[in-house]
Amino acid sequence: MSNAAHQSVLFDYLVCLGDDHLILGHRLSQWCGHAPMLEEDLALSNISLDMFGQARNLYTYAGEIEGKGRDEDALAFLRKEHEYHNLMLVERPNGDFAQTILRQLFYSQFALLLWEKLSTSTDERLAAIAQKAHKEASYHVRHAAEWVIRLGDGTDESARRMANALKTLAPNIEEMFANGEENTALTDAGIIPTPDSLRTAWRKRISDVFDEAQMDMAQLDVHPIKGARQGRHSEAMGHILAELQYMQRTYPNCQW
Amino acid sequence: MVSEAPGNTRSLEQQVWQIASDVPDPEIPVVTLGDLGIVRDVIVEKDGVAIVKLTPTYSGCPAVQMIEDSVRDAVHAAGFKCQVERVISPSWTTDWISENGREKLRAYGIAPPVRKSGAKPQLFERDSPQCPRCKSDNTKLISQFGSTPCKAHFQCEACLEPFDYFKCL
Repeated sequence: MSNAAHQSVLFDYLVCLGDDHLILGHRLSQWCGHAPMLEEDLALSNISLDMFGQARNLYTYAGEIEGKGRDEDALAFLRKEHEYHNLMLVERPNGDFAQTILRQLFYSQFALLLWEKLSTSTDERLAAIAQKAHKEASYHVRHAAEWVIRLGDGTDESARRMANALKTLAPNIEEMFANGEENTALTDAGIIPTPDSLRTAWRKRISDVFDEAQMDMAQLDVHPIKGARQGRHSEAMGHILAELQYMQRTYPNCQW
Repeated sequence: MVSEAPGNTRSLEQQVWQIASDVPDPEIPVVTLGDLGIVRDVIVEKDGVAIVKLTPTYSGCPAVQMIEDSVRDAVHAAGFKCQVERVISPSWTTDWISENGREKLRAYGIAPPVRKSGAKPQLFERDSPQCPRCKSDNTKLISQFGSTPCKAHFQCEACLEPFDYFKCL
């Protein structure tokens, strides 16, 4: 593959991973001022901040590779819905706290495993971004896992809400591990791992948490929904972008 | 950590290094960027431009822009042209906080990190930082995330005062 084509694939990958972090960060920020208790308001907002930081690092690098003058803000705020390639998992509504924290466990455990692999990427800049993100993600996983255990193995109500959350989010898990043919050049060059290479380790870690949380791994084995990675999003994505892009659409090129 | 360079340039670099390192952290002004290990390198080019390389602590640290602006201003004020470069590798770690920095944090009421970077505690395993006020080891975690992403919120069970804990990264 030519270097230019190679760079184009890397750009797409960086933006895709940036989109996961932007959209999940945005979802978490929607809890600010509304969380069930102050400590969680702080926690979810701070995790959101970490995710935005990681998105910024990814988008900035992507913009440099593209070389068309698009910076992190242009990439974050100025694309059409089908141009965002985040997982559907991260655009799902927050629901109740159980759904939010289970979604966080699912995504952050995936991210932790991915960042670990990316830390030894043959692309130095991506490896550097990953080395920072990995340490931060480990705190996100701990926080989410501890809550899933407390709630799963909690009261009748907390267990019920956790079970509902699991049922709601189960169809969005497989998309995390779907390989894309378009990324073959990146995996061949040792820049990224294949998504499906993370599945076994992810299932083991989630299984360990579910054992303590009295939750059933079998609930994950449902027919998967995919398409968001290809830009085919759920209805929720439109609402997210309406909020996220409101200022730029109303006052184009506005600057803080 | 300053680049090796003959005579004059070297002392200019050391001068700029000191200026950058003495800039107080905007969030915790009792410690300096030098105390936190945020200043990574200084190069003074032949045309006299000082390039200061800084590293962000957390990926999402909201103080990064302010820190870079403060360093640029401080170096300008000392009569140098200055460019700030952000470097993210090697990753910033709390291991780079100087002993002096740790003491200043403690005196200010923030417990410094207990562990070295790379420690992997079990779920529900907790650090027991000493209370910065009464020095008791009987402290409990209130929230893993505090006023900033880099800090956790603790309370002392002995004197009952809350305090911030600088998390290990």
